[in-house]
Amino acid sequence: MRYNRHRDIGFNNEEILNKLVFTGQKVGDLMQSAMRKKEAEKWFGVVPPDLSVIARSRGADWLYTYLRAFYRDDSTVTGWNNLVFDRAAMPHVLYKLQGEQRLVVKTSDKGEQKSLLLDKQGEMNKAEFDKFVGDLVNYLVYLGEPHANTRKELGIIVMAFLLGMLILSYALKREYWKDIH
Amino acid sequence: MSNLFNSMIGWIDKRFPLTSNWKAHLSEYYAPKNFNFWYFFGSLALLVLVNQLLTGIFLTMNYKPDASLAFSSVEYIMRDVDYGWLIRYMHSTGASMFFVVVYLHMFRGMMYGSYRKPRELLWLIGMIIFFVLMSLAFTGYILPWGQMSYWGAQVIVSMFGAIPTIGESLQQWVLGDFTLSDAALNRFFAYHVVTLPLILLILVFAHILALHEVGSNNPDGIEIKQNKNPKTGIPVDGIPFHPYYTVKDIVGVVVFLIVFCGIIFFAPEMGGYFLEYNNFIPANTLQTPDHIAPVWYFTPYYSMLRAVTVNFLWIDAKLWGVILMAGSVIIFCFLPWLDRSPAKSIRYKGLYFKTALTLFVISFFVLGWLGTKSPTPLYTLLAQIFTVIYFAFFILMPWYSKIDKTKPEPKRVKE
Repeated sequence: MRYNRHRDIGFNNEEILNKLVFTGQKVGDLMQSAMRKKEAEKWFGVVPPDLSVIARSRGADWLYTYLRAFYRDDSTVTGWNNLVFDRAAMPHVLYKLQGEQRLVVKTSDKGEQKSLLLDKQGEMNKAEFDKFVGDLVNYLVYLGEPHANTRKELGIIVMAFLLGMLILSYALKREYWKDIH
Repeated sequence: MSNLFNSMIGWIDKRFPLTSNWKAHLSEYYAPKNFNFWYFFGSLALLVLVNQLLTGIFLTMNYKPDASLAFSSVEYIMRDVDYGWLIRYMHSTGASMFFVVVYLHMFRGMMYGSYRKPRELLWLIGMIIFFVLMSLAFTGYILPWGQMSYWGAQVIVSMFGAIPTIGESLQQWVLGDFTLSDAALNRFFAYHVVTLPLILLILVFAHILALHEVGSNNPDGIEIKQNKNPKTGIPVDGIPFHPYYTVKDIVGVVVFLIVFCGIIFFAPEMGGYFLEYNNFIPANTLQTPDHIAPVWYFTPYYSMLRAVTVNFLWIDAKLWGVILMAGSVIIFCFLPWLDRSPAKSIRYKGLYFKTALTLFVISFFVLGWLGTKSPTPLYTLLAQIFTVIYFAFFILMPWYSKIDKTKPEPKRVKE
């Protein structure tokens, strides 16, 4: 998506340049990942996916839970693991805000029950962090389909027009078919 | 003003058969007056065809047929091209709706015996149109180069590999590479935007010419041309296509557009059936998705492809699957010669045909549903049972349609 698409949601070019562009692009440029693919592969083993397309394929709820479900795991390369995506290559980039979580496994006759326990508090408390991730996911969902709201608004007008057309076209058909029946 | 218009038409008519064609195909083409709901889908298919051609042209302006650019160019269309999202949703919804209207159009033909003499060739041209449409849908689905595009295509092209002896080299020839790659994407793009649409247009033209040669069938399945007014030579049960059916089809078009736009504007993914969620992720040649399912319109055939689990005779299970899958669509071509019933329309056919058609429709839906699921032993067994029913409908038709108790056909169409 182009940076200046954000004008659709109420920013002006100056705000976009100051708040969103950190890598010296122009306001009409496409927002690209600053990470080079080759390096990314060296660092993480895979090229990280664009989370805005993940927001479309897996849905907002999944992404919201995913971003909150990282926990410490010494057996992985990054030292982090994820409860909803086992052995995710992505490290916990938001750990400074959330803090560190630990996996707790309870075994009962119903089977294993996994839950996460906050060991070290981050810069935000739980409510603040949840809201922060919520906002982030909403933004990613917006990026995934920036025109979703326009689509629905336009849809209502189109439907109203078509319903009017239906009445007119049916009346026209009745008029012509009078001489058949 | 009207004098000027008439002299212009006269000028053209001396040089081009305008008025005569207008009359032959519209204002003096006599269609039976008893067309019902099922007769909307021919003109709707034409509408969707135009929609696909027009939106396709605009998509081509921003799409890049390159394995490293294709996915992001589609996202670019969706996010940055002005109304690109609308054009793309019109095209993707149009693809699914094409199959909806064509399936209903074919079902109409099966109900009212529209494939019977003298319309065998009309039916066959229609079947070729259906095959071309399937190829168009397949080549088009590859273009976004998402996970499902890639792995779905992988399943289809591997079917070539199942053919004994020549299979492997045939597969390489089709792909232009040892695996599904940029070379294949480029050629599938060429087929999708040039070759197949061109063939489709010519076939649709031939389909309409053939229809206007033999005349339309109708829900009563009787020939209106056999009962003409002796003075005028016009079928007594016929009415001019224009204006009567043009104004009626406009109502059909508006109702269709309400459904079509409802999907485009409010549910463009249609719960993952029209646009699969996995296809919003770019193709990853190293990571097979847990579950590969084709788009809904191919799922009945996909079920039959997977249904065969045992090697039989000297042919292995995979090749049997491919044979069954191909057979399941080709077998429609034989309908004109399989149906031995004295009556054309289901209205005058007996219990055997009605039961058989009902079972066929049920098996089509069940197979379609099974094709969207991961196989389990129960699902595979169900797919096998319904594959047998699907084929039995065709193979046993010469017998059950012959001994079926039919009602006498009327002389005139019913209102």
